[in-house]
Amino acid sequence: MITAGIDMGAKYIKAVILKDGEIAGKAKVATGFDSTESASECLAQAAKESGIGVADIKHITSTGAGRKSAPNINSDITDVGAAAKGINHLMKNVRTVIDVGAEEGRGIKLEETGKVVDFAVNEKCAAGAGAFAEAMARALEVSLEEFGKLSLQSDKTTPMNAQCAVFAESEVVSLVHAKTPKQDIARAVHDAISSRIVSMVRRVGINKDVALVGGVSYNPGFVDALSRALEMEVSVPKDAEFVGALGAAVVASERVQS
Amino acid sequence: MTEQVKEYWRWKEYNWRDKNMDPKGAETISAGVDVGSVSSQAVILVDGKLFAYSNMRTGSDSPDSARKAITWAMENTGLTLDDIHYTVGTGYGRVNVPFADRAITEIACHARGGNFMYGSSVRTILDMGGQDCKAILCDEKGKVTNFLMNDKCAAGTGRGMEVFADLLSVSIEDVGEMSLDVDEEPPPVSSTCVVFAKSEASSLLREGWSKKRVLAAYCSAMAHRVVSLLERIGVQKEFAITGGIAKNAGVVTRLEKELDLTALKSQYDTQIAGALGAALFAKALVEKQRKKVAQ
Repeated sequence: MITAGIDMGAKYIKAVILKDGEIAGKAKVATGFDSTESASECLAQAAKESGIGVADIKHITSTGAGRKSAPNINSDITDVGAAAKGINHLMKNVRTVIDVGAEEGRGIKLEETGKVVDFAVNEKCAAGAGAFAEAMARALEVSLEEFGKLSLQSDKTTPMNAQCAVFAESEVVSLVHAKTPKQDIARAVHDAISSRIVSMVRRVGINKDVALVGGVSYNPGFVDALSRALEMEVSVPKDAEFVGALGAAVVASERVQS
Repeated sequence: MTEQVKEYWRWKEYNWRDKNMDPKGAETISAGVDVGSVSSQAVILVDGKLFAYSNMRTGSDSPDSARKAITWAMENTGLTLDDIHYTVGTGYGRVNVPFADRAITEIACHARGGNFMYGSSVRTILDMGGQDCKAILCDEKGKVTNFLMNDKCAAGTGRGMEVFADLLSVSIEDVGEMSLDVDEEPPPVSSTCVVFAKSEASSLLREGWSKKRVLAAYCSAMAHRVVSLLERIGVQKEFAITGGIAKNAGVVTRLEKELDLTALKSQYDTQIAGALGAALFAKALVEKQRKKVAQ
């Protein structure tokens, strides 16, 4: 049986094709101006990679902030439900999922079946989301990739006073003027975001194992800061960015069977 | 940044002095210096009357910004630092005013300055500064009775407005008027966070909204945010607005409408309220000192 999950994110659309419980193909396309068109394009790419036709897909489930604007879908599921399903498909022992995207951060507590027990979301403030790291990398004039790596070179804790991303940008500029090494600033920024996210996730309770998904999981500086803040190991699944789309595809196959 | 790029957020720095006044022979010359996170002001009072002031951007070095502000206020007045009997520093950088005799919180100074600028009937002062927003309740003497502030989030602050001016390539001074030039009031920008509001604004522009309409939506969101702060403390009449955003008619008009209240107008520059209050404190403090010596 072939099903598909499509994750309509704020920055990128991700699609996963699931064939008999295995990932057959995946694709990622920038959300851009016309998210509906980008979604069709993304699904077509994933289907091509899987060597199937879009018409062969039995059921398509969408998720993500723009899930209602996905074209030709059979059903949809919340971001939280999809992330939990997706991680459960990959790592059965995970009980806490931390999902950090460009504009949202989530903490999800789940059962061994992948069922959601509780969750907390931040979608109001950039301080606990990937956009914060992006803005600070811009202020430091380094690429996001470099920014994450730089952070790992520092072992010094530099406090950041500002919570707001807009104010933090001026603070980063002041730190640069004060000749604070770039790697220390990078670490300070990652520490600031992770402490924000940890305090949100603590509201639902943190149980082992902990997994990090979403676009920010590709940032090694953040993964390091998060595991230090939690004093726990944080696992990052392969293709962490596709976990939501995968979860949606799993849900799609469950919905076909029932 | 290259010089060809226009920085729309950059508001003009300036100084002013009363050319009809002569500080020579004055009994008390007092000064207040407000080193804010975005802007710094210095005010010089001659026997309790406004004589000169400056308003400029705060640099990365607070003591240096304080020195620059007072030097600029003294420009062409014939005064030097030695002629000033007492100086009070205020604002977030108030402990970094090297030549100040004392530091006083900006809350107290804003209430004191607001009392001078708007008269003793003012009970609520809303200070919309560069990186914070304060609602201050005060009595007829300009003494603080209660206050609330937001200094954690750029929504509702001057810095947030600067970000928008830059995004839309509209000079910060023109934002207010432009935002009022719409046929119909659009729904306010829904994102709280300035970072998210920026992406929201970009998609509104892509949908074909005019700059004016986007500015209207943002000014209205900012007014709404500040009203919720004011409602928490409970606005009492009379009501006045100080700080840089007080000069933005787009925010002020919408705020007045939502509160169903007209803000008091003043002949003085709304951005000098803190420094003015500091200078008034300085005058009172030096006079108290003199009395003690005389006894």
